[in-house]
Amino acid sequence: MNIQEYFELLWTDYTLRTITLGTAVLGAICGMLGSFAVLRKESLLGDAISHAALPGIALAFLITGAKDSGVLLLGALVSGLVGTFWIRGITSKTHLKSDTALGLILSIFFGFGMLLLTFIQKQPNANQAGLDKYLFGQAATLVESDVQLMIIVTGISLFVMLLFWKEFKILLFDADYTKTLGFNTKFIDVLITFLIVLAIVLGLQTVGVVLMSAILLAPAAAARQWTNSLGTMVLLAAFFGAFSGVFGTAISASQKNLSTGPVIVLVAGVFVLFSFVFSPKRGLLFREIRFRKNRTDLKLMKTLQFMYGIAQEHENISHPHAIRILNNFQGFTKGSLKKLENEGWIALEGQQWAMTPEGFKQAQEMYNQKAGNE
Amino acid sequence: MDQKIAVQIDDLTVAYNYKPVLWDIDLSVPEGVLMAIVGPNGAGKSTLIKAILGIIKPIAGSVSIYGKPYSKQRKLVAYVPQKGSVDWDFPTTALDVVMMGTYGSLGWIKRPGQKEKKTALESMEKVGMLAFKNRQISQLSGGQQQRVFLARALAQDASIYFMDEPFQGVDATTEIAIINILKELRKAGKTVVVVHHDLQTVPEYFDWVTFLNVKKIATGPVKEIFNDDNLTKTYGINYKVAVNK
Repeated sequence: MNIQEYFELLWTDYTLRTITLGTAVLGAICGMLGSFAVLRKESLLGDAISHAALPGIALAFLITGAKDSGVLLLGALVSGLVGTFWIRGITSKTHLKSDTALGLILSIFFGFGMLLLTFIQKQPNANQAGLDKYLFGQAATLVESDVQLMIIVTGISLFVMLLFWKEFKILLFDADYTKTLGFNTKFIDVLITFLIVLAIVLGLQTVGVVLMSAILLAPAAAARQWTNSLGTMVLLAAFFGAFSGVFGTAISASQKNLSTGPVIVLVAGVFVLFSFVFSPKRGLLFREIRFRKNRTDLKLMKTLQFMYGIAQEHENISHPHAIRILNNFQGFTKGSLKKLENEGWIALEGQQWAMTPEGFKQAQEMYNQKAGNE
Repeated sequence: MDQKIAVQIDDLTVAYNYKPVLWDIDLSVPEGVLMAIVGPNGAGKSTLIKAILGIIKPIAGSVSIYGKPYSKQRKLVAYVPQKGSVDWDFPTTALDVVMMGTYGSLGWIKRPGQKEKKTALESMEKVGMLAFKNRQISQLSGGQQQRVFLARALAQDASIYFMDEPFQGVDATTEIAIINILKELRKAGKTVVVVHHDLQTVPEYFDWVTFLNVKKIATGPVKEIFNDDNLTKTYGINYKVAVNK
């Protein structure tokens, strides 16, 4: 199956449609809420939460003995939340910095989760197989009820986000100030964190514990490059996330032996790479172009200043001079002289140049203009 | 002088990890003064403001605003945090930040509308930032960012203003612009409390001063208490400044 066939099959094949819808919705909610994680400089929190969710999945299975994904995700949610609040607790109650707390909780919870998984695998229970899909995710196991759950949770998150938009925004920008305005910052904080944990838990089945943070962060990081408005950033991140989900699923379905989670993450990674290079305002490419342009502009101005110095000494500023006398000055080339002429600042005639009144004025005002622009 | 007391602080004590940062502070700020809090680094100047505003939880003590607990009087109080306390690369515009000043009176969930926008624009005009209203905040200079913060506090339309080093890292033009706004606030009967570290300008800018170094050293009119004696007590060295002009 190639990608074109995939998109044709999408309308008729039930399983394919379910999986695609699932990854799209997942990408959207993760992009949306990932924006908040990125702006709070808590990018690594996502990684810690997803790893912390693993023991919850295992414990939920051990307690209920069933592999119902709803129950397992509930376990993941509880254990993810416990991990998150322990991280918060460690940073606020001890001298440890947040990166240390994140690392500690991530590895301890993940280690405990792995221990439980191996224990479960040794059990004589036929039901136990397949729990390890939560490690790297397996989109193919998504069924309609999973996707329904995703859509409901995404809808609720969207509603909460729109309802508390103003509060989320001000808390992200300036938490102390928010407190002085009388808002319960703890409540807003817990609400945002809860939504992020929810999004992560939702994605475990599809993308897995290990790669989950990438799909949370990559769309947001890419979106940040294109806009300076929070609303647009969240919207764009949701779109990038959804697109990564659909496209990742398409690629993995059209090739043999490509698991969906990693492909989704890679597609999201391509978005990030593209955005870092090509975004007009913050991208590397345009920054380099602007840098070069500034440098040529500056060189042009230097040449003009040099000419101004010469022209100043003559009564008639438009008195022609030989181009040769510029030779010992490095800033000029044929091209730059041509540019100066195009601007109307100098007039060229044969081997001679002469300053125009506009050019004279331009050179005179150069420094003043600089000061005025500040 | 029979002045109303705008801010009354009793027995305020703050500690980080057993080490007291502020020790048993009693302080009353009369209404309508422009007060500087001065003291060496680590004296607890910013902490004092943060403790008053409830950003830091004190171990002991109480703060009342016009005779009532601060928690009931929040709407009367505006805050200008240190410029460096936020990430200026946040995706938003100058106007948006100033609008945040109106969020307190809006309360939960309600969105800012035309009225709030008008308030924000007026505040921006007062600090001379109207031309930059749609500018992304990372594109503003340090002085402009400070003025945006000031405008945000003005948009709160409060009676008492707490400012944490508003003159830090701004050029002369901005400093003059800010001090003029502070003086206008005082003229309008507002009370302004400013954490300040340039001792040279205290007599010129302020009419009230508090010397702080973990404990309160002295508080009162600049004319009466801004002298070598108090400076020495606060800074521990004989700090000579030209007090009399």
